[in-house]
Amino acid sequence: MPGAFPEDSLLELFIFETMQSLQQLEDSVLAGEQQDSLHPEDINLIFRIMHTIKGSAAVMGYVNISALAHVMEDLFFYLRDRPEAAYDSSDLSDLMLQGIDFIKLETVKIRSGDPADGDAAALAEELSAYLQLLKIRTETSEETDRRQHTEVQPAKEVKTGSAEPGRYRALLRFEEACQMENIRAFAVIHQLDETISCTFTYHPDDIIENPDSADVIRRDGFIIMLETAASGDSVADFLRNAPYVCELEFDKLHTAGDDVIETAVQLSGMDAERLSLADTPQDHTDRKPAGPAVRDKKSREAASPPAQQTMINVHVSKMDKLMDLIGELVIAEAMVTQNPDLAAVHGPLDNFAKAARHLRKISGEMQDVVMSLRMVPISATFHKMGRIVRDMTRKLEKEASLVIVGEETEVDKHIIEHLSDPLMHIVRNALDHGIEPPEERLAAGKPRSGTVTLEARHSGGEVIVMIRDDGKGLHRDKIIRRAAENGLLSRDERELSDREVYRLIFHPGFSTKDSISEFSGRGVGMDVVVKDLEKVGGTATIDSVPGAGSTVTLRIPLTLAIIDGMNVGVGSARFTLPTNSIVRSFKPEQQDLLTDPEGNEWIMVRGSCYPVIRLHNLTAAAVSASPVEQGILIMVEDDGRSLCLLADELLGQQQVVVKALPDYILNSAGSRPFSGCTLLGDGSISLILDIIRLTSSMNAVSGQ
Amino acid sequence: MSGNNVHENTPEEDTQRDKYLVFSLGSQDYGIEIQYVTEIIGIQPIAGIPDLPEYIKGIINLRGTMIPVMDVRVRFRMEPQPYHDRTCVIVINIMDEVLGLIVESVSEVLTILPGDTVPAPDITAGGGFVTRIGKTLQGVKLLLDCGRLLRDAELEISGGSRQPNE
Repeated sequence: MPGAFPEDSLLELFIFETMQSLQQLEDSVLAGEQQDSLHPEDINLIFRIMHTIKGSAAVMGYVNISALAHVMEDLFFYLRDRPEAAYDSSDLSDLMLQGIDFIKLETVKIRSGDPADGDAAALAEELSAYLQLLKIRTETSEETDRRQHTEVQPAKEVKTGSAEPGRYRALLRFEEACQMENIRAFAVIHQLDETISCTFTYHPDDIIENPDSADVIRRDGFIIMLETAASGDSVADFLRNAPYVCELEFDKLHTAGDDVIETAVQLSGMDAERLSLADTPQDHTDRKPAGPAVRDKKSREAASPPAQQTMINVHVSKMDKLMDLIGELVIAEAMVTQNPDLAAVHGPLDNFAKAARHLRKISGEMQDVVMSLRMVPISATFHKMGRIVRDMTRKLEKEASLVIVGEETEVDKHIIEHLSDPLMHIVRNALDHGIEPPEERLAAGKPRSGTVTLEARHSGGEVIVMIRDDGKGLHRDKIIRRAAENGLLSRDERELSDREVYRLIFHPGFSTKDSISEFSGRGVGMDVVVKDLEKVGGTATIDSVPGAGSTVTLRIPLTLAIIDGMNVGVGSARFTLPTNSIVRSFKPEQQDLLTDPEGNEWIMVRGSCYPVIRLHNLTAAAVSASPVEQGILIMVEDDGRSLCLLADELLGQQQVVVKALPDYILNSAGSRPFSGCTLLGDGSISLILDIIRLTSSMNAVSGQ
Repeated sequence: MSGNNVHENTPEEDTQRDKYLVFSLGSQDYGIEIQYVTEIIGIQPIAGIPDLPEYIKGIINLRGTMIPVMDVRVRFRMEPQPYHDRTCVIVINIMDEVLGLIVESVSEVLTILPGDTVPAPDITAGGGFVTRIGKTLQGVKLLLDCGRLLRDAELEISGGSRQPNE
């Protein structure tokens, strides 16, 4: 197995890493644009990512990517050194996103095996021109700065500080027996400087030069005054976890004129200057005694987040293989524990039953672990939408922001892959058709900027993803008119509920937008959403309040690999129904059964009428229909639509591993009512019924 | 590693060249190129699927993977015969499409050199499955084009699924 992808592994790793970095990059750039300036941490991050991409692309021989990355790196190298540079964040983001798109495109080309032949020279030139422009602008502004010497500081602050920088006072006490408090304090300061971008002063300020400062710290504690844009909690966390720290008092200071600060600044007036020099590494090493330096390094290792070292990238195909094997194991286990030979054994099977239980417990746990391996948070998919919102609002001259709720919700990786396209279509539609232009919004008494909310949460065995916009909502009459024009209406419009009307927009070829825009309106889109979702067993519903916006709700199963199923027998054939769609099962009475002139069967249950499908008709060998009273009816429900399935017998409930039907079969009409198949304990094949398709096809029949 | 593969592949391809797996349907012997054959298994319980062409009998479980099985007799428009314990399934793999062929019995692997074959008289008449006819000491073998067996089947399947919409 380790040698399974030998020649591709390097390339695959490159593609994987680059794609991941690009996503991170895009997020940072977009975040920066939203706040109208880049956070120093983000600048650092972007610089590092560009550096990595440049390096790895050069190693892989993709000169065009590496050349472009080099220019982008240069730009951020400058910005990192000169945070005061007066850049226009929107121009910068445009350039960066163009660059990101280029690299992304090339990476996609590489992945699909095409030569990466894009030419980024023009873009690279544009980037370096921008850098030149920045340099000139910054230098001139520095000239003026120098003249008004005293005002320089605050002016700079305004430019650099992206989020409002907070001022904090931290009082650290070290463990009593730790000794050399001054060295510990220095280690803390040193790490703080490296980990969190902030400016700070501390007291006592002569911790390195003066060994007596250890006594001062032991007595009074070690005070750090710091100013940073990072959140106070993260700083406090960092300090609390620093080695040997046993006590931390951490306060946020609200006004710059706070007494404590003034004293602190007084105390360490000179120190602040020395600290700004202390960025150069030799400054530390020169003065640091050898012993503590080693410990300092160790403690830094300990303080770095352990999460990064415990992560490991695994190829999806290996996971799939593992998944398959576990599936086989579950089946094999059932074959052993439910072996027909056991019935022939005379005498008690206590020990066997005990061992079988143990085995089941272990295999169940294994199954859970493997399932959890496949689960990934939905956040990356959600964040991709940020880019779409940005690009579209610009082109459509609308204003909208994206709000993300529940991005930590975990979904099977396979499903996430199928979620991205539908989400994109829905978000595009929300922006194009939902959110109004700013003037219209203001006129309607809404905030100028619209909001698109992406929300994900778990509900039972499903993930619910909601895409909400506060736009103008769906127009019932317009939809009906358009549907009538296209001949989509099968019933009188007054009979249709709002939901049913809204559902029409998922119909292929439906679009109410009169002008076709770049993004949507061609009538492809919402039907693609439904098709994509169906592939992973999901459904979409849409709700809307005119004038207040609409909500698209996607319900997606957590995983496709293993489902809780009810096995039923029909003649010699076996079918499996997903347990979560079963409402109840009951013995039918002949007198409840109705037959309409076309031969469709119905059954009255507690005053309601449900269509009946004889599963016998779904078997290949058309098992002769037995009298209804001898069979059992299973009522299934999906999305409010119910029907009854007639089977011969219930065989029992079981967790089944879903196997795909062969492509050969999938391309044929025969696969329609089935979503897959599975192996039962005795090794026979059971077809898994696709309840969603069954109920919706019944609805089509009954609607006509 | 890839270099090794080349060296290993060449002799293997050589050993497979001009070799045919011979199976019989009724009194006639057929041959399929051995390079497509993955394995031969005994007949297994078949799970039927409705609305398929009648020669696709359903799916079987091949060690955890589901594969469709085709009754070659029915495919060649012969009278179907009940399966018995000598009935075999020849598992073939053509361009990553795995398919089981149900045949009455498998007899042997024969080498039939190109010089010993003649083109089938009219390839369109019998559905085009038989492309060449091999002459051997043991009699005449009809050599099948596996790809066509599958491709044609696909065409008919998709044609069948298209009809309801039209």
